[in-house]
Amino acid sequence: MNSKENIKKIIIKKPLTLDCGKTISNYPLAYETYGKLNEKKDNAILAFHALSGDQFVSGTNPITNKNGWWSYAVGPNKAIDTNKFFVICANVIGGCMGSYGPSSIDPTTGKTIGTNFPVITINDMVNAQYNLLDFFKIDKLFSVTGGSMGGMQVLQFVANYPNKTKTAIPIACTASHSAQNIALNELGRQAIMADQNWNKGNYFNTSSSPDKGLAVARMAAHITYLSKKSLEDKFGRKLQERDDLKFSFDADFQIESYLRHQGNAFVDRFDANTYLYITRAMDYFDLIKQYNGNLSNAFKNSKTKFFIISFTSDWLYPTSENKEIVIALNASGADVGFIEITSDKGHDSFLLDIPDFLKSVKKFLEANY
Amino acid sequence: MKKEFKIIAQLIENNTRVLDVGCGDGTLMKHLKDNKNIDTRGLEISKNNVQTCIGKGLAVIEGNAEKDLQQFPNLSFDYAVLSQTLQAFYNPEKVINDLLRVANKAIVTIPNFGYWKVRLQLLFKGTMPITKNLPDEWYNTPNLHMCTLKDFFNFCSKKNIKLNKSIALHEQKTSNINKINLNLKNLSSELGIFLIEK
Repeated sequence: MNSKENIKKIIIKKPLTLDCGKTISNYPLAYETYGKLNEKKDNAILAFHALSGDQFVSGTNPITNKNGWWSYAVGPNKAIDTNKFFVICANVIGGCMGSYGPSSIDPTTGKTIGTNFPVITINDMVNAQYNLLDFFKIDKLFSVTGGSMGGMQVLQFVANYPNKTKTAIPIACTASHSAQNIALNELGRQAIMADQNWNKGNYFNTSSSPDKGLAVARMAAHITYLSKKSLEDKFGRKLQERDDLKFSFDADFQIESYLRHQGNAFVDRFDANTYLYITRAMDYFDLIKQYNGNLSNAFKNSKTKFFIISFTSDWLYPTSENKEIVIALNASGADVGFIEITSDKGHDSFLLDIPDFLKSVKKFLEANY
Repeated sequence: MKKEFKIIAQLIENNTRVLDVGCGDGTLMKHLKDNKNIDTRGLEISKNNVQTCIGKGLAVIEGNAEKDLQQFPNLSFDYAVLSQTLQAFYNPEKVINDLLRVANKAIVTIPNFGYWKVRLQLLFKGTMPITKNLPDEWYNTPNLHMCTLKDFFNFCSKKNIKLNKSIALHEQKTSNINKINLNLKNLSSELGIFLIEK
């Protein structure tokens, strides 16, 4: 792994009162940009990352040396064309890629903050990132977009700042985290907390971090990003480098080996406490409740043009939940388009090379620019 | 743009809000938006068409009129447009009621099953008619509830729906339909265009 020292950061001086009541100030927000901000400053797109993402949207992630999480969608001539648009993405607060989070060092103790970090919400993440507009002196964004938790941030952004973006593309998300999704997140958190190395969040270096717990959390979550059909197509009951069952608990099946790999690769780049904080923020997300049971009120002051996208095989954030947002927007008379993309690839579809999806995003952005 | 859409556009006042139900590739919506300063929304069942509309900068939602009209609040539009799809619904009466719930007025166009060429095919050939407006075979047609202009005329009077305008279209020529010429128009027209109101 490369050093995180070269990550771009701004220090946010302006105090931010979090939903939990605590106020933070002078905190770092790590970000990356792609493309060029034009003179009129009307071509900026703020992309929000999902649970396991970071600010490295496209190209090679300098920390992991792998492709950025949205490399299929963002880049020159791609759906979000960086020849035209200036794409900004920040690591959310609570994250572990340079922004203020549980793995940040507490200057008073010289140790990581760990579980002394305040519980944050999607609202807090969005309010922290709003400072990027001031930093780049952008009066109004051209678009805000993101999938999954990124989509939740899109909704929260428009609710908080109704006229600060011309368009918005929430993808594969929800306005209110479901019981099923809270349950799945709790499973991940319990896996981390059951690892002795977690030590109530007080672990100080990688040799003693709760890697096993975090890997199990990732394995469980990874299943939810796929679909039955994609698992069947990719793995079926194929065996892993063996001709027959071994009558043991080794990874006999390819799917087992794949999940173990996903889990192990994840712990190299992700902090277990961040996993706890971010999943909690997702669970607390309920824009319907924030607006007293009427989601339409979240958008009633906004002229933002929406395009909502869901995927047929996404059972984590199914079309029905995305459509609730469409209905609320329609009820408020908002300008809204919606499409359900046919894909077997489950929730992960928004990160993949799904031509129909990428084409839709491109068409929407370019028709409105 | 086809003649049918030109007539529909003439029936719609400038600077209004219009919901195009089954908006297809957005031709009519785009025309209304660009030429009459109309705030348009579309509902469309085909993903391909939705994509095309999005590419034209139109606000279109993928959905099915029978399920998805209910999401629009009462009287949220000045007009709802339904072009040549009424016959394809399971429950056309419910769709008409929904159109007149979400909009003050609705413009409904109907391929006329009473058109003489249609009647002759059934009468002389003894097979289900196939015409320019009804191009499918009986076994693969999306049409479930075909009706004639007269049927629709009678439906409106039975259900106390006001017919503000009734226009017959035949080979690019339009004429008004009224009680006196109804039987004749029902025989000579391929398409009926109705502006209705509750």
